[in-house]
Amino acid sequence: MGLIEKFLHNLKAPHWGVHPDDHKRPAADAPIRVLPLPARLYVPLQQHVGQAARPIVLVGQKVLKGQLIGEPQGRISAPVHAPTSGTITAIGDITAPHASGLPFDAITITSDGLDQAIEVDVPADPFALSPTEITNLIAAAGIVGLGGATFPASVKMALGKRSEITTLIVNGGECEPYLSCDDRVMRDHAADVVDGVRLMMYGMGAKEALVGIEDNKPEAIAAMRKAASHFPKVKIRPVPARYPMGSDRQLIQTLTGKEVPSDCRAADVGVIVNNVNTAYCVHRALRFGEPLIRRIVTINGGAVWQPGNLMVPIGTLAADLFEFVGLKSEPARLVMGGPMMGTVISHANIPVVKGTSGFLALSEEEIPHSEAGPCIRCGNCTSVCPIGLLPLEMAARVRAGDLDGASTMGLSDCISCGCCSYICPSHIPLVQYFSHAKGDLWAQERSKLKMEAAKKLAVDRAARLEREAKEKAEAAARRKAERDAAKAAEAAAKAAAAATESTATTTETVS
Amino acid sequence: MLAAVTSLTALGAILGCGLGVAARKFAVEGDPLADEIEAMMPGSNCGQCGMAGCSAVAKAIAEGSATVTICPPGGKALATALAAKLGISVDLGDVVDSGPQIAQVKEEICIGCCRCMKACPTDAVVGAAKQIHNVIREACTGCGSCVERCPTEAITLRPVPVTLQHWVWPKPEIEAEA
Amino acid sequence: MIPVLPASAPATAPHTVTGSSVTRIMLILLATLVPATVYGFWLYGWPSIFLWIVTVLSALLGEAACLKMAGRRAMPSLLDGSALVTGWLLALSLPPWAPWWIGCIGGLFATILAKQVFGGLGYNLFNPAMVARVFLLISFPVQMTIWIAPMPITAPAALNFHDGLLVFIRGIPDLDAVTSASLLGFAKTELSRGIDLFHSLAASTAPVTTFSGNRTGSLGETAALLIAAGGLVLMAFRIISWHIPVAMLAGIAIPALIFNSIDPARYLDVSAHLLSGAAMLGAFYIATDYVTSPNTKYGQLVFGFGCGFLTYVIRTWGGYPEGVAFAVLLMNAVTPVIDRYLKPRILGRDWRGAPLDPAIEKAKS
Repeated sequence: MGLIEKFLHNLKAPHWGVHPDDHKRPAADAPIRVLPLPARLYVPLQQHVGQAARPIVLVGQKVLKGQLIGEPQGRISAPVHAPTSGTITAIGDITAPHASGLPFDAITITSDGLDQAIEVDVPADPFALSPTEITNLIAAAGIVGLGGATFPASVKMALGKRSEITTLIVNGGECEPYLSCDDRVMRDHAADVVDGVRLMMYGMGAKEALVGIEDNKPEAIAAMRKAASHFPKVKIRPVPARYPMGSDRQLIQTLTGKEVPSDCRAADVGVIVNNVNTAYCVHRALRFGEPLIRRIVTINGGAVWQPGNLMVPIGTLAADLFEFVGLKSEPARLVMGGPMMGTVISHANIPVVKGTSGFLALSEEEIPHSEAGPCIRCGNCTSVCPIGLLPLEMAARVRAGDLDGASTMGLSDCISCGCCSYICPSHIPLVQYFSHAKGDLWAQERSKLKMEAAKKLAVDRAARLEREAKEKAEAAARRKAERDAAKAAEAAAKAAAAATESTATTTETVS
Repeated sequence: MLAAVTSLTALGAILGCGLGVAARKFAVEGDPLADEIEAMMPGSNCGQCGMAGCSAVAKAIAEGSATVTICPPGGKALATALAAKLGISVDLGDVVDSGPQIAQVKEEICIGCCRCMKACPTDAVVGAAKQIHNVIREACTGCGSCVERCPTEAITLRPVPVTLQHWVWPKPEIEAEA
Repeated sequence: MIPVLPASAPATAPHTVTGSSVTRIMLILLATLVPATVYGFWLYGWPSIFLWIVTVLSALLGEAACLKMAGRRAMPSLLDGSALVTGWLLALSLPPWAPWWIGCIGGLFATILAKQVFGGLGYNLFNPAMVARVFLLISFPVQMTIWIAPMPITAPAALNFHDGLLVFIRGIPDLDAVTSASLLGFAKTELSRGIDLFHSLAASTAPVTTFSGNRTGSLGETAALLIAAGGLVLMAFRIISWHIPVAMLAGIAIPALIFNSIDPARYLDVSAHLLSGAAMLGAFYIATDYVTSPNTKYGQLVFGFGCGFLTYVIRTWGGYPEGVAFAVLLMNAVTPVIDRYLKPRILGRDWRGAPLDPAIEKAKS
C-alpha cells in the first residue's frame, strides 16, 4: 500500500468506537463441539422481540424433536419448537437471561434420550418456491435474528418486500470481544452460510449481498471467499476491526456509505441486515426442514477451562454448558453475550435462548473494579461515540433528573454500545444512566397512556350514571303518569257509576 | 391652549373607548389554565389528594395553592407534565412515587356485595351480587376508593408486579458525588 | 408506570476494562513534565527547586483542607494527582527566583479558590493554575516580573544550597546583578521607547531565543523544545489530541507571520513568538486541560485558535508582554458557549438535529 493510499485509508477508517482486547483466541480456533443431550431443556416462550408464543402442549404430553410447542400470537412473534424428543414436564417460570433476574414462562421438556425427530416435508428445490413461500417457511421455522436483536426474520423480510430492498447485508462483524460463534460458523459451515444468504436474497428480492467480516478473522474471510466464489452476487467485504462495527447502522454505513435516518429502519434505505448465523439457520430450515432448535454458543472467559464454541439445543441451562467446558476457578461474574453489551446473570440456571451468542465466566482480573469518580470532562466519551452524541452532557442531565433535556440531546439515538463507559477514565457508568433514562421515559409514556385510558373510563362511567339516572327518572315519571292515569280512570269510573246511580234514582223518582 | 385641551381629550376618549371595547371583546370566561390542567388530570375524582375531585385540584394548582406533585395516581409523569405546563421547575427526586398500585380482591373473603363495584370511578371492578368480584388490571388506577367501601376488608392495594417488560435500570449511585 | 426496583442494582455492562484512569492520565502527564522541569532546575538553581516544592505542597495542602471541610474522603481525590498537576504547572509558570510566599499563596489560591470552591475536580470553569498565576501577577506585579538570567547550577557563580535558601526566604539581595529581561518584555519596552525591532534586537543587551531554552523566562517555559517533546508523548499516549495544541500554535503563528511580513520593524517573527514565553507550555499543557476546554473536536479547534490568537493580540497590542494566561482564561469563559453550539452531528440526523431524508440515503450507492 502506497503512503498516500494508506493515508486515504486512515482518513476513511471509522473515527468512532473503541478497540478492546478481543480475547477471541484460543476459543475461536477450536472446532465446534456438540454438547451431549442434557436431561432437561427449558424452552422459553419469549425468545424474540414482540409477543410471546402461546403454548400448545400440555404437561405430560410426549413431543418429538422439531415439533411445534408454542405458536406465535400477534403480528410480530415467532413460534418455538421442541429441541429434542421427550415429555413435557412443566410449563412455568424460569429465570430470564435479563439483568433484572426476573422470571418468564418456559416449557420444560424431559428428554427421552432418543432425540427422535418429527417427519417434515422438505422442498426439493427451495429456489422453485415463490419468495412468499420462502418467507412463510422461515416464519414457521421460528427463525429470529441470531445476532442478539432477535427480531423475527420473516417479519423483517416482509418489511423488506414493501420497501424494495436492493442490498442484503450479512453481519459477520462480531465486534464483541470474547465471542466467536459467528467466526466459527463461517469457518466450519461457509457453504451453508452462503446458501442461506442466497435463499434470503431470493426471499426478499435483494440484488446483491454484502458479507461484512472484521479483518481480525482472516480464516473466516478466506473460507467465505472460497464458498462464495461461484456466486458473484454474494460479495465478501472485510471491514476494519473496531467496536461496534457489528451494530447495523455502523456496518451499513461502512459497507454502503448510506446512513440510516434516525427515525427510520434500515429497510427504508433499501438495506436489510442479517447475522451469518441467521443465514445458517435459514439454510437448515429450507434444505433440511429443521426449525430453530439449536445454535452455536461461545463459552469463554478467564474462569473457563476449555473455552470454545458448542452446538447446543435451545433451552440448555448455562450450568450444563459450564459443566461441559469445566471451570478453572470460581467465576467473578457470569455474563450472557459479549462483555461490552452483555447482561450479567446472577446464577447459571438460565436457559440458552435463540439470541444467546455466548456465556462468559469472567475471572476476578477481567472485570472492572474501580469506583466511579467525578467527570473530568476529558471528552473521550464524545470522541468514541459511534452515533456522535455527547455522553457526558446527557449523563449530567439524567443525573439531575432532566430526562427531557437528555432526550433533546439525542438519548433515543443511543444504541447502548457501551463505548463511553468503557473508555471513561473516571469509570462513570454512563450506559446505565442512559438505560435508566430510556426505561424511565418509556414508563412515563406508558403511565400517561394508562391515565388517558382511565380518564376515558371515568368519563364513560359518568355518562352512564347520568344516563341511568335519567332513565330511572323517566321510568319513575312514566310509572307515576300511569298511576295517575289509572287513578284518574278509576275516579272517572266511580263518577260515572255514581252518575248512573243518581240518574237511576232520578228516573226512579220521575217514574 | 384650547387646541391642546381638545386634542388630549379626544385622544383620551378614543383610547378609553378602545380599552373598553378590548376588555369586552377579549374577555376571558373562567380560568383557561385551570381548564387545561383539568384536562391533564386523571379525571377519576378518586380523592386521594384530599380535595373534592379533579377539577377542584386543577383550580388549586392553577392558583398556586397546590403543588404539581399533589396527584398520587398521576405520579412522576403527571408532575413533570404539569411543571412543564406551568413553566416551573420541580424536584422530582422528592416526589414520593410509591409506584403504581392496583386493587386486588381476596377471593376467600369477598361476599359479593357489589359496593366496591359501585364505588369504582373507572369501572375496573367486575362481578355481580353474591358472586366474587375481580379487578381488571388495565383499568384500575389504584385510587383506593373501593378499599374503604369493602365491608370485609377483602380489597387491598398492591404494587403492580414488575415484569420483564416493565423493569427499569436503576439510576446509578455515585459515592463521590453524594 | 415506574416499577418497583430490586434492592441491589445489577452490575452494568461493559464487563471489561480499559486500564485507563484519572490517576494514570495525571501520572503520565507529570512524567512528561519531568525533563523540562529538571532542565529548569539546572538553569535556575536552588531557589527554583525550593519554589517548586513549596508551590506543589501548597496546592496539595489547599486541596486536602477543602476536601476535609467538605466532609469528603481526602485520599482518593488527592491520589488522583490533579492537585499535583495544578501545583506543578503553576510552579513552572512562576519566575524562578520568586520568594517563598508567592509559591505558597499561588498554590493555595489555585486549589482552594480556583478549583474546590467550584466543587472540585471537574467543576471548575477556569484553569486553576492560570487563575492563580493571573491573581499573583495582578497582586504582586513586582515579584512576578523579576526574571533571572540563566545560571546553570553547575556554574561556579551559581548559588549553593544555603545561599539559595536565603534568596528564597529573604528575597534577592542584589537585583541588578542577576536580572534580565525576556525577549517579549524587552521588545515591548524598546518599542514603547520608540526603538524599532531592527535596532533593539541588534543591540548586544538583547535577549535571544534559542531552541535549547537557555534564556530568560519562568521556570518551566524556557525549555520550549522539551515541553513540546513532552506534549508529543502525551499525544502518542492519546492523553491529549492534536486539535488544541495545533490550533493554538497556528493561532499565534498565523497573525505573527502576517504582521511580521507587513512590518518587521514593529512585529516579532514567528519563531520568536512560538519559542517565547508560555506558548509551548500553554499549547500542550495549559489549554489542553480537560475540565476547562471544549469536549468536541470542532470546539477544541476553535478554542485552541482563540487561545493562540488572543495570546498574540495581548503580546502585541496589550499592556503585558506575555498573554497566554489571560488568553486561556478568556477562552475558558467561552468554553460553555463553544460546547453548546459546536456539537458533533448525530448519525442519521442533519446538523440541526432533524432526521435525514430516507429517499436521499436510499439513492446513495
